Amino acid sequence: MAEETRTQGAASGASTSAPAAPVPTSSGPGGPGGHGGPRSERRPGGSGGREGGRKYFRRKKVCKFCVEKIQSIDYKDYRLLSQFVAESGKIVPRRLTGVCTPHQRRLSVAIKQARNIALLPFGRA
Amino acid sequence: MDRIYEVMFIIRPDMAEEEVDRLISNLESQVAASGGKMNHVERMGKRRLAYMVGRFQDGNYILLTVEGGGPAIHELERRLRVTEPVIKFLTVRVDKEQARLAKIKAKRAAKAPPPAETGGEPAEVTA
Repeated sequence: MAEETRTQGAASGASTSAPAAPVPTSSGPGGPGGHGGPRSERRPGGSGGREGGRKYFRRKKVCKFCVEKIQSIDYKDYRLLSQFVAESGKIVPRRLTGVCTPHQRRLSVAIKQARNIALLPFGRA
Repeated sequence: MDRIYEVMFIIRPDMAEEEVDRLISNLESQVAASGGKMNHVERMGKRRLAYMVGRFQDGNYILLTVEGGGPAIHELERRLRVTEPVIKFLTVRVDKEQARLAKIKAKRAAKAPPPAETGGEPAEVTA
């Protein structure tokens, strides 16, 4: 009961007391910037505001291994591994690929093994 | 005690097929002599190397699956090291990983059949 009234009050208070609320200023899905593709909410844990005057949207990245339920990350599967190796031969960081921590750990081990047996390059050859 | 290893090695590309066969059978008998067992031999064929190894740009990949203890693998690795046509090798222990995968598989199989049970539970709570 108390929670209901509080949330209602907050919503009405925002519309009455602050006419320049950030809600109407958001430019919607057709806005500038962004990487294209479906836009979804930012990762949980980001700054509190929704759509509040952000210039560009970020597509939420998900771990390929979790989504496709790939359990084994094997050094022999260089085709899979090469998706996570940059042109320079470096392992692409998690923040760019969206791979989750446990899978990135296995991935990096597999890439290093593959490098050792000349399936993947150490650097740009 | 017995562990499962994958031993991948690269043979120089200019080696004849029969010689490769001979090399593999040699290794197999050696593994058996040192108390191991060669479960599987896979020829992955010729492949371009990701970088130059010595003066080779290509290599003939062979993958062995060996079951045995540490001494067997140690001897096998020593053999590979002294065998001149072998330009590179890598040993990976796989039994733990296989056990992990089997566990996950079993878990999934157990999870899949009873979807009706989870649907019935909320009704009981409200009643």
